[in-house]
Amino acid sequence: MSTIPGLERPAPVPNELTQPFWDGCNERRLVLQNCIVCARLHYPPAPRCNKCGSPDSFEWKEVEGKGHIDVFMVIRDSRIRGFRSAQPINFAVITLDEDPGINFLSNLPGTPPGEVPVGAPVELIFEETSNGQLVHEWQVVS
Amino acid sequence: MVSDTSWMRNREGMGIWEHRGKVAVVGWGQSHMDRRWDGVTMDRSCGGLSKEACLKAIADAGLSLDDIDGLITSRETRAEQTWAPRPYFDPPYDTEDGLTYASADWIQRELGLKNVKYLKSDAPYIGPMMGLAAQAVGDGLCETALVWYPMVNLDGRYGHNNPQNINQEAPGNTAFTLPWGYQNGAMFNNLVVFLQYCQKYGKTHDGLAPLCLNLRRNGLMTDWGYYALHEPYQLTREDYLNGRVIEEPLVIYDCDRPVNTCAAFIFTTAERAQDLRQKPIYVLNHAQNNGRGRSTMATLDEHQQAVASLARKMWEGSGLGPNDVDVFNPYDGYLTFTQQFLEGFQWHGVKWGEAHDFYADDIRAEGPHPFLSSGGNNGTGRNRAVLFADSIQQLRGTAGPRQVSVRAETALAGCNTPDSCGFMMFSKHPS
Repeated sequence: MSTIPGLERPAPVPNELTQPFWDGCNERRLVLQNCIVCARLHYPPAPRCNKCGSPDSFEWKEVEGKGHIDVFMVIRDSRIRGFRSAQPINFAVITLDEDPGINFLSNLPGTPPGEVPVGAPVELIFEETSNGQLVHEWQVVS
Repeated sequence: MVSDTSWMRNREGMGIWEHRGKVAVVGWGQSHMDRRWDGVTMDRSCGGLSKEACLKAIADAGLSLDDIDGLITSRETRAEQTWAPRPYFDPPYDTEDGLTYASADWIQRELGLKNVKYLKSDAPYIGPMMGLAAQAVGDGLCETALVWYPMVNLDGRYGHNNPQNINQEAPGNTAFTLPWGYQNGAMFNNLVVFLQYCQKYGKTHDGLAPLCLNLRRNGLMTDWGYYALHEPYQLTREDYLNGRVIEEPLVIYDCDRPVNTCAAFIFTTAERAQDLRQKPIYVLNHAQNNGRGRSTMATLDEHQQAVASLARKMWEGSGLGPNDVDVFNPYDGYLTFTQQFLEGFQWHGVKWGEAHDFYADDIRAEGPHPFLSSGGNNGTGRNRAVLFADSIQQLRGTAGPRQVSVRAETALAGCNTPDSCGFMMFSKHPS
């Protein structure tokens, strides 16, 4: 479960395309599609490379879980049922250090709502959802 | 889901549009507008309002029902939910068709149209749909197309009835957004882009206040719009700055208000347009963006690249340039992204990061920089069609108190968001 009180995240449901990614999360590893022709990471998983268009040039590559906070806002009136008991809650965009063109969402567990240090480094953690699937999360490096 | 995008002009290098000046808009009709459907009054249902708008557009053009040979509409009515499981009504309101959308078959049947040879009910939202209609007429799929775009608002709090938001699971691509609270629709990503914009250019949310107030002012001069009809008072700067927060810093007045209404337009060939009731408003080009960002959230850089590309496609296809556009009506569904269009098209010389300074200048409809003379969706309710309707009215010279005092020979209008949109260039002259 989330370390953020009251939060019940909708649980990811893997499909054929995304299964390797979610399997990686369950092994506490962040693995992204990488086009071996373009040397280009993809996240979320895509059916074909968004640069060369090839559907057959992907490998799954583990990346280091280091990033920075780009921007944030505070969710105070979510339409998503599982978030309503956790409000107010941070909503941040994280850029990946290995490739800042890749970004992730985060609720920044451990950071009080609104007290987000924009530009600060973050590191990867994992949290469990209701169906047992782990999801990738990010917390400020202390 | 729209399967075929081959008709789109969504790439650079396509040259002058092959039907430039050979297609014209000759009719426009706007139905009544309410905040929501009351669930009782059938002529104010989606189907009822669609019929009203279609008949008004046909009459506006001076055409008869038998002149219509093309029907084009969209299922993207923003109904959010089906009418069921509530009981349906007597025919023709005995299915979702007529209540949460109004298909081409439904309109053909209800209006008794006998000569239709081209029907399309799965067009995209209105921005690209207008381009699809112009292309269909230009390509000869039909000669005279009736095009309508309903916006549906049933009871219930906006967004809270969306099945995706009450699901305990996140399937498909939503698995990469919903678990962190990303809400479906344009708001979150465009707010992220706005925050990046403010960081990059040192701007703040209150820089949008003059735009908000002017849109309401223009909207109050649009007699069929929601605010003119139902809440006819002007906002103050204090109202805006103290507006209910939706997602910080976005307030309620940054968000177009869902309404229940329909607009319709008639497209025909330039040749057929010559002897009709209205002076033709020619289409010089249509252009679309249908990309998405590289990763989870599209970024400011990506949005700016998208609108810059859109502008290049529009200039290339129309043969016009930034200094040639007299009337400009880009989408304002959230005020936080409208500036991307203003800066990307460089209307009145506005460059990247300068939109808020432009808003603080004189942008009144009768002033020197009549930006969004329509009042937009924030000034009239979320109908989206007002962007096109005002453009046509301005070129006809029939915009009444909103009529611009600057030259009005060309107009550019479109929606929705910078990375996913369709725009159209109109002109009083075919070349």
